[in-house]
Amino acid sequence: MSSGSVPEFRFKAGDRVKVRKAYPLGHIRTPYYIRGLSGTIERLCGEFPNPEELAQMRDGLPPVPLYRVRFLQKDVWPDYRGAPQDTLDVEIFQHWLDTP
Amino acid sequence: MSEPGKYQPYSYFQLMEISLRELLVEKGVLTEESIRAEVQAMRGRTPERGAGVVARAWVDAEFKKRLLENATRACESLGLELPGLKLVVVENTAEVHNVIVCTLCSCYPRMLLGIPPDWYKSRNYRSRMVREPRTVLSEFGLELAEKILVRVHDSTADMRYLVLPKRPAGTEGWSEEKLASIVTRDCMIGVAVPLLH
Amino acid sequence: MGGLPAGKVERTEHDYAEWERRVDAMAVLLMGHDITVDERRRHIEQIPPADYDRLGYYEKWIVSLGQALIQRGVITSDELGRKIEQVRGRSPNS
Repeated sequence: MSSGSVPEFRFKAGDRVKVRKAYPLGHIRTPYYIRGLSGTIERLCGEFPNPEELAQMRDGLPPVPLYRVRFLQKDVWPDYRGAPQDTLDVEIFQHWLDTP
Repeated sequence: MSEPGKYQPYSYFQLMEISLRELLVEKGVLTEESIRAEVQAMRGRTPERGAGVVARAWVDAEFKKRLLENATRACESLGLELPGLKLVVVENTAEVHNVIVCTLCSCYPRMLLGIPPDWYKSRNYRSRMVREPRTVLSEFGLELAEKILVRVHDSTADMRYLVLPKRPAGTEGWSEEKLASIVTRDCMIGVAVPLLH
Repeated sequence: MGGLPAGKVERTEHDYAEWERRVDAMAVLLMGHDITVDERRRHIEQIPPADYDRLGYYEKWIVSLGQALIQRGVITSDELGRKIEQVRGRSPNS
């Protein structure tokens, strides 16, 4: 982990964020369908041990901030035929999020 | 699945379950009693628990406010034991309809709804509910006007979601017990709405 | 798997068999022995695609539990194999 130059909670409700477009091996809880896309922080859910590490029999500490990120469905699926205001809310760990 | 009077040989996987269980007991990792007790405890967790929370939120505005702010704490204040559950309750209104899915596996608020149904865990539900929720909902018999915002919640991490359905008209003055009786499991997943019998 | 093309949702439900409930129970109890849900999920994800589609839900979970226990050295593949043979041999249904 870096020296502490990055604050513990990088984001707050209302912030625009972009999901990293990376495809590592292992157990990942960031769905493929939103990688590379931008959304808005709906809330901070809390801090939890990193599931990518827990999956590998490690303790996943220090805990990682987890956010609910809200995406407009029409931004996620090019052929979305529902209403333009429909949303998709996904929980994403902080290390998968950047400022757009 | 089994016909009465007909032998059903154990499948390979049933043999594996028996074998793993016996090995774990032999090695002192688990006991038969603890496994039996846990099966019993799980049987006790039925959607009635969730329905009770919904009914309380319908009659008690202060409880509903607390439920939407910190659902786990609010449910615990009703005396529910919810070890490990990190709950988020999402409210259906005249403008918004919520529905829950877990595309990555089958995350589900088991402490309040019990074991998820097969269809919730199916490839088809998990693939399509995020992408075409209105179509899947209409296949479930739920048609939503375009002016209603559909919010799909993909439980990808530690939180578990429960839909707080909209209280239907015509239920004024009903007791909590009667209100809970119209709140089905499917209403709390978001693929149905409560109907008056 | 979200967003992949798929067919109509078959609203099947079944009353869970005792062995299936015991799989759930053992998974929960083994959390007290450090086997996290994340670890079990990783094992499920490592099931080859053809088997992932073919195996039922609890079939996948019992395989995942078995793999986790073997990886952690709680049991060995050999112990599991011998036990399965032993159980199969004594069961009137096999």
